[in-house]
Amino acid sequence: MEQFAPVKRSKDGQPVRYLIVDDSVFARKNLARIVETFGGQIAGEAGDGLTAITEYDRTHPDIVLMDITMPQMEGIEAAEKIVQQHPDARIVMVSSVGYQENIVAALQRGARHFVQKPVKPEVLYEVIKYVLGEDATVASAAGAGA
Amino acid sequence: MKMELIQPFINAADAVLAQGLKSPMSMGHLTMEEEAYRRKGVAALVWLTGDIEGRIIFDLDPKTATKVASGFAGMELPESEELVREAVCELANQVIGNAVVSLNDQGFHFRIHPPALHNAEQGTKSSEDTEALVICFETATGAMFMNIALRYNQKLEKEQALGVRAAN
Repeated sequence: MEQFAPVKRSKDGQPVRYLIVDDSVFARKNLARIVETFGGQIAGEAGDGLTAITEYDRTHPDIVLMDITMPQMEGIEAAEKIVQQHPDARIVMVSSVGYQENIVAALQRGARHFVQKPVKPEVLYEVIKYVLGEDATVASAAGAGA
Repeated sequence: MKMELIQPFINAADAVLAQGLKSPMSMGHLTMEEEAYRRKGVAALVWLTGDIEGRIIFDLDPKTATKVASGFAGMELPESEELVREAVCELANQVIGNAVVSLNDQGFHFRIHPPALHNAEQGTKSSEDTEALVICFETATGAMFMNIALRYNQKLEKEQALGVRAAN
């Protein structure tokens, strides 16, 4: 898998911590593999929106990668509830259901960005850097792929 | 079943499989299924509700599912029952999600329900208004079948017809 120049937190130079939310274990593992190529660290995982809220409270990640179609509570509702409690939460929706209504609803309810599945690592990498803004630095890595 | 409902699913399957397999694939035979659905490999079932309603079944042999899973992961993954099941469900999710984007652009609104494994050897028989279309995709590692049984929401159709009559 392609390697990218590591994205670190500006404040302490530590790896960016991710909470990955998807009802598919396969999709979660794939996303975990991708963010690890960005130098990221997995703070937690959740398989539905309700668990995502409790996992956010427990782990306080830098970024949440959130699916939309999930059992119990869908991703957009979970994103809204997380942002209500934590206005600084950075949530990126990652879903195959990327039509305009869903994207607008997600952004209106607090998500910062939207990435269409199947996920292209180079696209997610750029989105992560954009969403983190000045709170992230890209470490120089000789031979990094991006 | 109208082709305008089917084409987005064919296009989405083509795009998602091409990215996952990173090798050429072609559309094989296309048949209408009148008898009850018979599972061929590992199958995932997704229900749609809204302006269009019905169900779609994705059916892959385990070797193809492993190859697709490896393609999505960017590394070779060992074949296991769990991986195959997960890969088939996620593939169904991605193909249907991408197709829904296209149908939404055409003005159709509906909800996708999370994919579930279809364990029964045989499904329910399709009826006249929910006849199933089976599309076979040939890949280098094996075949993938997409079984689509969709129809326009009849309640909405009636309401629209009544609305037209009332307007006249």
